[in-house]
Amino acid sequence: MTGWLALLARELRLALRHPADTLAAVLFFVLVAALFPFGIGPAPEALARLAPGALLAAALLAALLPLDRLLGADAEDGSLDQLLLSGLGPAAIAAAKALAHWITTGLPLLAATPVAAAMLNLPVEAWGTAMAALGLAAAFLSLLGTAGAALTLGARRGGVLLPLIVLPLAIPSVIFGAAAIEAAAAGGTARPYLLLLAALVAAATPLAPLAAGAALRGE
Amino acid sequence: MDDASTRTLPAGGGAAPPRRSAGRGLHRFANPGRFLRLSGRILPWLTGAALAVLAVGLPWALVFSPADWQQGETVRLLYIHVPMAWLAMGGYLGLAIGSAIALVWRHPLADLACRELSPVGAAVTALCLATGSLWGKPMWGTWWVWDARLTSVLVLFFLWLGHAALVRAFDDAERGARMGAILALIGVVNLPVVKFSVDWWNTLHQPASVTRINAPAMHVDILYPLLACALGFTLAFAALVLARTRAAVMERRIRALQVAAARRADA
Repeated sequence: MTGWLALLARELRLALRHPADTLAAVLFFVLVAALFPFGIGPAPEALARLAPGALLAAALLAALLPLDRLLGADAEDGSLDQLLLSGLGPAAIAAAKALAHWITTGLPLLAATPVAAAMLNLPVEAWGTAMAALGLAAAFLSLLGTAGAALTLGARRGGVLLPLIVLPLAIPSVIFGAAAIEAAAAGGTARPYLLLLAALVAAATPLAPLAAGAALRGE
Repeated sequence: MDDASTRTLPAGGGAAPPRRSAGRGLHRFANPGRFLRLSGRILPWLTGAALAVLAVGLPWALVFSPADWQQGETVRLLYIHVPMAWLAMGGYLGLAIGSAIALVWRHPLADLACRELSPVGAAVTALCLATGSLWGKPMWGTWWVWDARLTSVLVLFFLWLGHAALVRAFDDAERGARMGAILALIGVVNLPVVKFSVDWWNTLHQPASVTRINAPAMHVDILYPLLACALGFTLAFAALVLARTRAAVMERRIRALQVAAARRADA
């Protein structure tokens, strides 16, 4: 467990030393959210109607960005091999990577959510739900994405393959996340959708690191 | 876990049977020479049976079966659409089973079969989506709706494509096969969603009407040609995959022979 925590701390320290990477993902998220008003026009009702789905799509795309380097950087300089020899199980390594990705990419997106929500004219009452839904959806994508990153590690054009593999599987989180935000914006109850989203995360928490670990072991 | 010697396919035509230590029964067919001989004998019969069944089933379904009293002639899309949907799901189940065999027993032919299965599976799923779309326009008034069944089949299509692309994306074919196998097993979570989407959600797509426990909700005039088409397409699917796997085994053998010849010329 101490080794696992040390690995997590290492990932976080690395992210702290390169804050530009995290910042780039957050900026990307805000920019994608800002593209929608240009595309569909600035009419507030139309924007509010689209806001839930646009927020989810923007967040998932932004969270996809750093996945390419999540394992790739470690594989190139050899530290991944060191990690695999360290006695930590491959699944535990993958779990630490996924958690680190969520903390360094998913959580900063939450800080930018009010900005993006305001640009998309989402009612203020739904902002809290939007942050909860985005946080859970980002956690689901971190888990799936770690498995995807492990699978495409060393592939030609791995960066192109990764979204092709991960995004179809992430569709449920978009459906439930957008439904939760929409329910909150309409004054309804978002709880069932958030619970379904949490169930997705709960199911992926043991399974995705196992798959990623199996892929890493083939390294 | 067996060593690399059983994993690589020998170039010489498989005089030596594989080691009998691990996964005995399955490894009988890991010998490429034996596989080629056996599949060479089966393939003509399989192809012939597929063509014969389709030669009866397709005219029966597309010309001689009665038109539906509500849907008219468009109901004939059923005879293509439904077998393709069954094959898309059944084929994926086969891919998952083959992947599990490849991962657990490190079975080299299972690797090759999975690699050759996914493009055929993707084509079948694309045909299922295309015929469904053509059928949806006159019946539902739209080419596409984001209904649970359609969405989950679309995800299935992406899974097929993702598998086909991932397996071929590595310079090391063995690693590609392993990654593809893991991806295929991850994708299995989608299969129950495809199957039960029409029961879990109230969708525009109709619920299952053939595979019911009591009796199919379909008249025999439509059911029998449908079953004939399904059998014919399934046989054709199997023949295609078998032929592709044979071609892949032979391709590997040619490459091994070329490498050996190049080494000889070099020495």
